[in-house]
Amino acid sequence: MTTVLDDRSASVVGARRMSRNVQGSIAGAALLLGISIPNLLGDGKWGWVLVVTALSYVALIYVGSRALEGRRQATDRLMRATVTVAFALVMLPLLSVTWTVIREGVGRFDGKFLRGTMRLSPEELLAQRDGLAAGGAFHAMVGTLIITGLAAAIAVPLGLLTAVYLVEYGRGRLARAITTMVDVMTGIPSIVAGLCAYALFVIVFGPGSRTGLAGGLALSVLMTPVVVRSAEEMFRLVPNELREASYALGVPKWRTILRVVIPTAIAGVLTGTTLAVARVIGETAPLLIAAGLAQETNVNPFDGRMTSLPVFTYYQYVQPGIPTEAGVARAWAAALMLVLIVATLFVLARVLANVLKPKGLR
Amino acid sequence: MMLSGQITRGIPVTNDSRLSEPSQVDDHAERGVVVAGLNIFYGDFLAVADVDMHIQSKSITALIGPSGCGKSTFLRSLNRMHEVIDGARVEGSVRLDGVDLYGSEVDPVAVRRRVGMVFQRPNPFPTMSIYDNVVAGIRLNSGKLRRAETNEIVERSLRGANLWEEVKDRLDQPGSGLSGGQQQRLCIARATAVEPDVLLMDEPCSALDPISTLAIEQLMLELKQNFTIVIVTHNMQQAARVSDRTGFFNIAGTGKPGRLIEIDETKRIFSNPAQQATQDYVTGRFG
Ligand SMILES: Nc1ncnc2c1ncn2[C@@H]1O[C@H](COP(=O)(O)OP(=O)(O)OP(=O)(O)O)[C@@H](O)[C@H]1O
Ligand SMILES: [Mg+2]
Repeated sequence: MTTVLDDRSASVVGARRMSRNVQGSIAGAALLLGISIPNLLGDGKWGWVLVVTALSYVALIYVGSRALEGRRQATDRLMRATVTVAFALVMLPLLSVTWTVIREGVGRFDGKFLRGTMRLSPEELLAQRDGLAAGGAFHAMVGTLIITGLAAAIAVPLGLLTAVYLVEYGRGRLARAITTMVDVMTGIPSIVAGLCAYALFVIVFGPGSRTGLAGGLALSVLMTPVVVRSAEEMFRLVPNELREASYALGVPKWRTILRVVIPTAIAGVLTGTTLAVARVIGETAPLLIAAGLAQETNVNPFDGRMTSLPVFTYYQYVQPGIPTEAGVARAWAAALMLVLIVATLFVLARVLANVLKPKGLR
Repeated sequence: MMLSGQITRGIPVTNDSRLSEPSQVDDHAERGVVVAGLNIFYGDFLAVADVDMHIQSKSITALIGPSGCGKSTFLRSLNRMHEVIDGARVEGSVRLDGVDLYGSEVDPVAVRRRVGMVFQRPNPFPTMSIYDNVVAGIRLNSGKLRRAETNEIVERSLRGANLWEEVKDRLDQPGSGLSGGQQQRLCIARATAVEPDVLLMDEPCSALDPISTLAIEQLMLELKQNFTIVIVTHNMQQAARVSDRTGFFNIAGTGKPGRLIEIDETKRIFSNPAQQATQDYVTGRFG
């Protein structure tokens, strides 16, 4: 009991606080340990250096604070250090992936790549053999935009209407059944969605039918539950008082939903929809089956195969051509393109959400 | 039947519809709101039982009573807001100027255009500016008005709510940026902008400071020139200050329905009520 009181009074008065210099020395010592231990053990890779530095920092700051500041402060510092380290560890893969994609992709991220396709003329094949840049992913970018656009065109209205139904109208068994089905849909393996879409189109249009539409359909199956879930959350966040305020003005329910509920939730709904698009834009497996591989630009989703960036990346990796480096470089460039598209989508959604979000909320 | 035609008709934007109605009612006793044999349910739970009440038009009626006795429930049944809750329903009749609001041919949405409501917590639309909040009732009902007309409605409603001077320079700013008391007056302006006949207020001052409360009480006294006002309040002084008549609701115990014990001139309720329970409640000798 007495020790607790002592600790508390110490931390309240702040009599015993570590100075910045001490904290700095602890960080320095942690870095020293982080560099020396892996090297002594014979593996001085920077990943290990980071991990050992982080762990020794957590340990040292606790021990140091325990000795200098007492138990309460030590616990506080331990928690802070742990949370910070965990955050850093989560950021690490993200930064590493971004950095790798940029480093490897920027080499072939040129005019030829952005404008060209994989229908290579004999001259281009020769140029490629000589180690010159050849071949591009224009057709795959167009394909990605068309297929994802189709998927969004199907999934977004469907998902939003389902969410509106679930939040505003759905009661009892039907609503519960729909919620369960949406949950089940979230778990559908993407390859299964691809197979289903492919099978459907084979039944309707005959064997071997691979089109952009089939790809879009497969992706919409994956996208719909994500849209439903996120929009549902957002609509539920709209306070019931606003609906009642609208009803009390003699506004019908459907108009209340259109003019009050949806505008109030629109920022969140947009963000959720963007996440859903980002979720499917990188899908490879279902498109391999449903949309197939094409070497040149096809803007008609109803006829003929259509390639998307992930499928392009995959084929550039497994069938790189001669020399191998040419294909691998194109694969990296396509990956970079994909990351850029997703990043652009996120920025767009942020901007839109900021423009549309309810103003003056406190 | 002409009356029910008017109730199901569009939104009463102009004064004419309101002014013309009373003349069509011959029986003077039918003026205002007449509640008869009203039972109010949440599913199977009977929340309020057997209310008979005559609310006179162009007056203020206060409803008081202990928490949970069904004042809000009763108030919400007067503009059919009660039924937006799942499983909620009503038996009996509520007649406004002779028309049964629960009649089979009456559209609840049209009822709410004639019987407006102000809630306990101010709830301006966060997506709308002050200006748009005031005309929300008209805009949301797709009423197409010329700019000059809406300008006039906004100014008249805000002046009516004693808010004009405070906000006239920032009409385009969000309504949720106002103080709580200003927001509540904005909500009153919003409710009066569609020119209802009756204005229901459920504890409109319970979230406000004494000065805002005073402002809203004065406002109510002005509004009663044009509107029939029903206010639920826990503040006995408030009921005594503003209302012409006061109704006392009570509940026999948990799970039992709330009942209207008596309704009478406010002076009588606070000085010499007919029922002992009322006497106990208004003098604070209650549970
Ligand atoms: N949405 C609802 N569903 C079911 N029962 C409800 C609902 N709202 C209120 N009730 C019940 O109806 C009864 C009356 O509630 P009401 O809110 O009308 O009381 P009140 O007189 O307004 O109380 P207060 O003064 O605390 O606001 C209570 O027993 C309450 O539990
Ligand atoms: Mg209440």
